[in-house]
Amino acid sequence: MKRIKRLFKTWLLSEMRAGLRLTLRRMFEPKTTILYPEEKTPQSARFRGMHALRRYENGEERCIACKLCEAVCPALAITIDLAEREDGTRRTTRYEIDMTKCIYCGMCEESCPVDSIVLTNIHEYHGEAHYDLCFTKEMLLAVGERYEQWIAHDLAKDMPYR
Amino acid sequence: MSDEIMDKSDWLNLEINGQAVRMPPGSTVMEAAASLKIYIPHFCYHKKLSLAANCRMCLVEVEKIPKPVPACATVISEGMKVKTRGKTALAAQQAVMEFLLINHPLDCPICDQGGECQLQDLAFGYGKGTSQFSEEKRVVVGKDLGALVSAAEMSRCIQCTRCTRFAEEIGGAMELGMVNRGDRAEVVPFIGETYDSEISGNVIDLCPVGALTSKPFRYHARSWELIKRQSVSPHDALGSNLVMHVKRDKVVRVMPQYNETINECWLADRDRFSYEALNSETRLTKPLIKKDGKLIEAEWQEALPLAAARLKNIIEREGADALGALISPHATIEEIGLFTRLVRSLGCENIDSRLRQRDFSADDQLQEATWLGMPIVAVNDLRAMLFIGSFLRFDHPLLAVRVRQAAKRGAKISSLHAQRADWRLPITQEIITSPSQMAASLAQIVSAAQRATNKNKILPKVLRGIEPSPEATTIANDLLAHHEHAAIFVGTFAQQHENAFLLRGLAQLLAELTGATLGILPDAANSVGAQLLNARPKNGGLNARTMFEKARKAYIMFNVEFEDLAQGAQVAQAATQADCVVAFSAFYPQGNNAILPDIVLPITPFSETSGTLMNMEGRAQSFRAVIPPLGAARPGWQILVTLSRLFGQVIDEDTPEAVRVAFLPDDAAIHAHLSNTMEKIDIVLPPPIVLDQNTFERCAAIPAYSMDALVRRAASLQKTPLAAAPTLRIRTDDAEKMKLSVNHHVRIRSQGAASEKMALCIDDTLAKGTVRVDAAHDSTNMLVGVSGVITLEICHD
Repeated sequence: MKRIKRLFKTWLLSEMRAGLRLTLRRMFEPKTTILYPEEKTPQSARFRGMHALRRYENGEERCIACKLCEAVCPALAITIDLAEREDGTRRTTRYEIDMTKCIYCGMCEESCPVDSIVLTNIHEYHGEAHYDLCFTKEMLLAVGERYEQWIAHDLAKDMPYR
Repeated sequence: MSDEIMDKSDWLNLEINGQAVRMPPGSTVMEAAASLKIYIPHFCYHKKLSLAANCRMCLVEVEKIPKPVPACATVISEGMKVKTRGKTALAAQQAVMEFLLINHPLDCPICDQGGECQLQDLAFGYGKGTSQFSEEKRVVVGKDLGALVSAAEMSRCIQCTRCTRFAEEIGGAMELGMVNRGDRAEVVPFIGETYDSEISGNVIDLCPVGALTSKPFRYHARSWELIKRQSVSPHDALGSNLVMHVKRDKVVRVMPQYNETINECWLADRDRFSYEALNSETRLTKPLIKKDGKLIEAEWQEALPLAAARLKNIIEREGADALGALISPHATIEEIGLFTRLVRSLGCENIDSRLRQRDFSADDQLQEATWLGMPIVAVNDLRAMLFIGSFLRFDHPLLAVRVRQAAKRGAKISSLHAQRADWRLPITQEIITSPSQMAASLAQIVSAAQRATNKNKILPKVLRGIEPSPEATTIANDLLAHHEHAAIFVGTFAQQHENAFLLRGLAQLLAELTGATLGILPDAANSVGAQLLNARPKNGGLNARTMFEKARKAYIMFNVEFEDLAQGAQVAQAATQADCVVAFSAFYPQGNNAILPDIVLPITPFSETSGTLMNMEGRAQSFRAVIPPLGAARPGWQILVTLSRLFGQVIDEDTPEAVRVAFLPDDAAIHAHLSNTMEKIDIVLPPPIVLDQNTFERCAAIPAYSMDALVRRAASLQKTPLAAAPTLRIRTDDAEKMKLSVNHHVRIRSQGAASEKMALCIDDTLAKGTVRVDAAHDSTNMLVGVSGVITLEICHD
């Protein structure tokens, strides 16, 4: 009985027709793929991309060199040196994130007591050499300055859940 | 005391958390819990300080007592049942923690104490997590406590008063105090003053919060990123145990390693803050060779063979006696062993490590190494002590702490010196006399002791018939009354004195008469070890003094700088005239009078080499490098091994352990060679010195922060008042004699050398006819020794 069934299936191309039927149906359904980079998927406000160091509105850097992000970083990607600034405040003299080590877990952002280090939703960046991806303090602050509006917007959106 | 001989019959039984324990009467619940290894949270309680019971964190429940009681201040009683984690106790601890946090700023992220903060830990372990306090927190203005201790954030203070109790009980002076009441209470120094104790850094360790922190370490690192490695302090002869905190191959902080028998849980400031010199700009990273009067960096391949060739050349030309070799008593056993072996193998006996000594008259009698005469812990149990020529508080700060504890228990402390002792402890009897008359005064004490004991035999003829003063009689009687627990300590000033051996001989006589122990306080970290390894001339070799009086053709100096030598201008002259000076040094030569060597071989300081130091009680303490050598600097023992090989010697020792085994005797052998007694004592009392109008006798200390190359380069220590440039201190009546006032500037002349111009200050604690001008400083290091007659000269410009 089993053999007869298989014989019919084979010669009547029933499986192939079932497959082609699915293909035909999908052809007229709306498409889920997009044409990257012209088209982009929507992002969550919590997307974890490139890092940024933020400043206060008066231009003062937020980071107080508490070193919690360095301590919490599971990939040991953050390196901080600190010193007393002339005005007596505690500041970093070096803040580096090795993006090739970073696993984008976002723990640094979570640990930051002053919302200084944040992960922006920018994920399109590259470096041509390894050291291009070791972001220095200046680079991170520049990212923060440039995208502050977006960052603030995303943080505000996420605030009720924090 | 061991358990067998202790009478435990009157001990009390109690129970803590269901565990039974037996404790001596008078113990507290806190001590009983500690013996069971039960932790009771606390802030104000400290084992070494008096009880305050003001933080209330250690509240525990005791059966049949309705309210919780503080464990630190509750004395145990028979059948007591204590619960440290009961419902009431926990509620009480939580409530206390909430109160403590009312005024504590939550600025942990910028607080240096963050991560090692007792308040942080206990808030996490015993706190409630929420606060009902919504009002404004109090603000306390920061205080200036000097260059070492930062008190910039006094709002963090929880008023445990550990620091004020430390300053008063351990430091000996109430330099910190608590003013005002309630929420306005704050810790303050005296108005306009800073906290200038020589052991001030300990309040940083004591402070359970971040109110008092280390100024040089401020904002440098977090506790969790530091690697902790043990070491031994290379400054004073106590040999304090250290924990060096290392971050990325750099020492960033030094803390005490608890050792009850040596430094307890304290550290002197110079042990704690001298690490700054390790990271100083003046560290040498390459060998230097002098070309056209300038030191030029060179490679090892060039410098070492050059040093060997030039020394060989001089030995061939002038003989090995043309060489003078000096090694610092701060160098390790390994370095001293290799150094003396190398120099002796070249046929040279001109070798010494007693750099600041002036009197070598009894050198032929010296066979053994001098030491404290007893274990360091035994000092606590002494009942009577006589210090002869000692700047105890600055020469041996932590020994002074022990003497202070003994004094508190009623020990009679007396001093014979050219200046009143400012040791911050009660002194029973003092004899203040000019340096030249110290021997005569000591002879009076000997005479008084002889009269009291009637032991005639051992007293030399010159001492018979000396009429003792009442002070001398008191001192002798004190020593005799407690003869089993009495000690006579010869301080560093007495050892560097022009009549050092006379003073030592008299001290020995006094010790024999009274039955007291004789102790010689060594002036450097490894003085005892250096003597044990015979780093002194034998068979008629030249010593540290004659080596410069009879100038040599070549000098080898290991870790020796101009400030380390007592011979002043003679050194400068001999060094410039010498054909070759080879220096082993970790630092670039500094100061106006610095010796500019022909070849400088960069050695590493104690943090970058293995080594062994022998402290004042003859205990050899070995340590290992905590960080790798800086640049091309190399450990001294390695350089000495290589240099010895360049002289054609066969050296088997290739590891620090092998070198240590080769030179360090075992404990039994060490103790067999420790002795303070001289066989023959030659006593000739010097005649009194007649002073004319502008001559005085000098009394000089080696300032605490000038004692070795490291502390001289420790930036923060150099900013403290203790490191200020020496001034001329003179009595009011002596100043009047010369019509001097505090506005004058003076210059000091002695034996053809002169000091720089210096300020003058009135100091009536000095003996009549004596002025105090400290040594080992750039402005005074051309002068010879620490005592002697000087001429004052007023500078009119």
